[in-house]
Amino acid sequence: MHETKLQNLSEQQKVKFYQKGTFTVGNRLVDAETRSVQASDARSNAITSGHRACQGCGEALGARYALDAAMRAARNQLIAVNATGCLEVFSTPYPETSWQLPWMHSLFGNAPAVATGVAAAMRVKGRKDVRVVAQGGDGGTTDIGFGCLSGMFERNDDVLYVCYDNEAYMNTGVQRSSATPPAARTATTPAVGDKPGNVFGTGKNVPLIALAHNIPYVATASVANLHDLERKVTKAMEMEGSRYIHIFVPCPLGWGSAAEATIHVARLASESGLFPLWEAEHGEIIATLPIRRKVQVEAYLKTQRRFAHLFKPERDEVRIAALQRMADHNIKRFNLVREEKETAI
Amino acid sequence: MLKQIEGSRGVAEAVALCRPEVICAYPISPQTHIVEACGELVKSGELENCEYINVESEFAALSVAIGASAAGARSYTATASQGLLFMAEAVYNAAGLGLPIVMTIGNRAIGAPINIWNDHSDAMSMRDAGWIQLYAETNQEAADLHIQAFRLAERLSCPVMVCMDGFILTHAYEGIDIPDQAEVDAFLPPFVPQQVLDPADPYSIGAMVGPEAFTEVRYLAHDKQIQALEVIPEIQSAFEEQFGRDSGGLFHTHHCDGAATIVVTMGSLAGTLKDAVDELAEEGPRVGVLTLSCYRPFPKAELREALKKAKRIIVVEKCLATGFGGIVSTDLRMALQGMELIVKTVVAGLGGRPVTRPALKSMLRRALKGELADLHFLDLNRGMVDRELANQRKGIATGPTAENLLKDVAIHGTGA
Repeated sequence: MHETKLQNLSEQQKVKFYQKGTFTVGNRLVDAETRSVQASDARSNAITSGHRACQGCGEALGARYALDAAMRAARNQLIAVNATGCLEVFSTPYPETSWQLPWMHSLFGNAPAVATGVAAAMRVKGRKDVRVVAQGGDGGTTDIGFGCLSGMFERNDDVLYVCYDNEAYMNTGVQRSSATPPAARTATTPAVGDKPGNVFGTGKNVPLIALAHNIPYVATASVANLHDLERKVTKAMEMEGSRYIHIFVPCPLGWGSAAEATIHVARLASESGLFPLWEAEHGEIIATLPIRRKVQVEAYLKTQRRFAHLFKPERDEVRIAALQRMADHNIKRFNLVREEKETAI
Repeated sequence: MLKQIEGSRGVAEAVALCRPEVICAYPISPQTHIVEACGELVKSGELENCEYINVESEFAALSVAIGASAAGARSYTATASQGLLFMAEAVYNAAGLGLPIVMTIGNRAIGAPINIWNDHSDAMSMRDAGWIQLYAETNQEAADLHIQAFRLAERLSCPVMVCMDGFILTHAYEGIDIPDQAEVDAFLPPFVPQQVLDPADPYSIGAMVGPEAFTEVRYLAHDKQIQALEVIPEIQSAFEEQFGRDSGGLFHTHHCDGAATIVVTMGSLAGTLKDAVDELAEEGPRVGVLTLSCYRPFPKAELREALKKAKRIIVVEKCLATGFGGIVSTDLRMALQGMELIVKTVVAGLGGRPVTRPALKSMLRRALKGELADLHFLDLNRGMVDRELANQRKGIATGPTAENLLKDVAIHGTGA
């Protein structure tokens, strides 16, 4: 009965997964395999509620979906290694822990290497069923842990590394990292002087650097699209060797965005082209997620106080245009704006 | 089986007999031959059931060992000098987490100026990191200490550093008795971790600890080291029983009974010192030699007992606390406080400078006459130092000191 209804609905809507006028992807609109299982008692639960993340924390949301999907894929035979950072601090204030899986924190810059060690131990002990996930923020991944990460990639160690990118060192109070976008205000790139905020450098695109290692799987994901995030994690877990998923996770505190706007902000990042969603296997990009309704970067920038100096006291046309060029370049490079009929989840 | 092999090879073979499950390798002189030999033993199949991982830095080497150990695998790595400093953060971390990793240090100086030769500055920089530190006098002892180290580390769930003098031991070929696998198996049971990452019994390792419990965590780490003072002699006895050889323990003594003057040292220097005091015995009173095998924990009570009849202690050490003086001698002064004796510091052998019998004998003769300063630099080239000090007094921009001294050597040679 229910199936028939769904079928009829699909025919009427010609498999258009998004409801008209919104970006909501309801469970009833997707097929059974890709439906969210949040409401199920049988749902895996890597990180319990009661942790100390801020309101609207994108990282907490991203970590929950990523690790839950990984746990499901590994049939609960999963070990997690965590770099120092917000996620580590808010999830394990002594003597409490939110983690429902074996979890280890060693240092800020060594999570990939520690995970390599755990994976080696599992291999030597014949525990092929036990899988290993390492995770860290952008500081722990793109800066201080970068050497260890590259080493892990190059050896193709059997680890899924998940980077939660909130574009600065949030745990220490919002300092700039190599993932901080140009013009953004942080505690070490204050909005003062002739060129307020972060410099316009050349950027450091760690997903593309991961791609250059030709590892089995690289993907970018966003908390704005949790179905896509879960699917990518699940897919990564079906593969062996080094895998890397870079998740865009807004930080309301650090970015000066509204706590209830986390998903909205993340969506605008992708819909503007600033944070493209793509996946790659063995060094080749195999898919990109098209932008459904393109927005100008201004719409994204205006949601966050870290970019407020671009608009007040007067509009900084030059630098807004420079950011727009970055987005447009991504759109072209990853072919993000396509005909509606091509779109799919 | 007695083999005529390089010290590094002997250590690698001893480590292999301990059935390590994960070995992390990163090259740095003078330790490199150890990890090379380990790699060969794994690759050839001689050492089975072992993951040998070539990492991208020393920081990664110890980090991989941390992950492997926490997941229940017997883990080993080796390093030296700058490598130990580069992994410093992980050194403290491994101890804080209570992971029984064994690591060899091929002791070497720390730059700048860059110097690849032996002294103890590297291990000394990590003396407070929470690792047990054992020092080998000979290559035989270096091999034996590794077999003991795994048992010690796993018994206490505490990492152990086995320190051996770079080049002097690591690169020296001499007879080493390498035990049989069955003997080592009888001595060293399989690793049963105190804590392990296991999906069947998940818990969190490495949580943040605030002021409410941090002191207690540290106290227990200290207490563990104090326990080691009892465990180390036990293991020494068990080792002697199994292998018929006295190796390790807290310290070795050479003619200390009744000696008013005792020289305290660590590592391979002990051999030269023993020869020097034996030769000196022909011309005057007997001087004893006490060689520390265990530097951390520091065996305070045991040293007080062993040195209680001495009147003069001369610590010959291959390290310097810049701006202060001796390191080992400072610990010893603390241990011996209240006792009626004097402790002199002799800094020797920095950056591989040969410590010769004539130099030691000359120093000891002065010491016996009461002419030795509290802090004495053995064989210091006073002329070279004075010329550079005079140069520096000329002005501010006098150039890099190390290079100025090299120029001085070119002009004046090393003798003046």
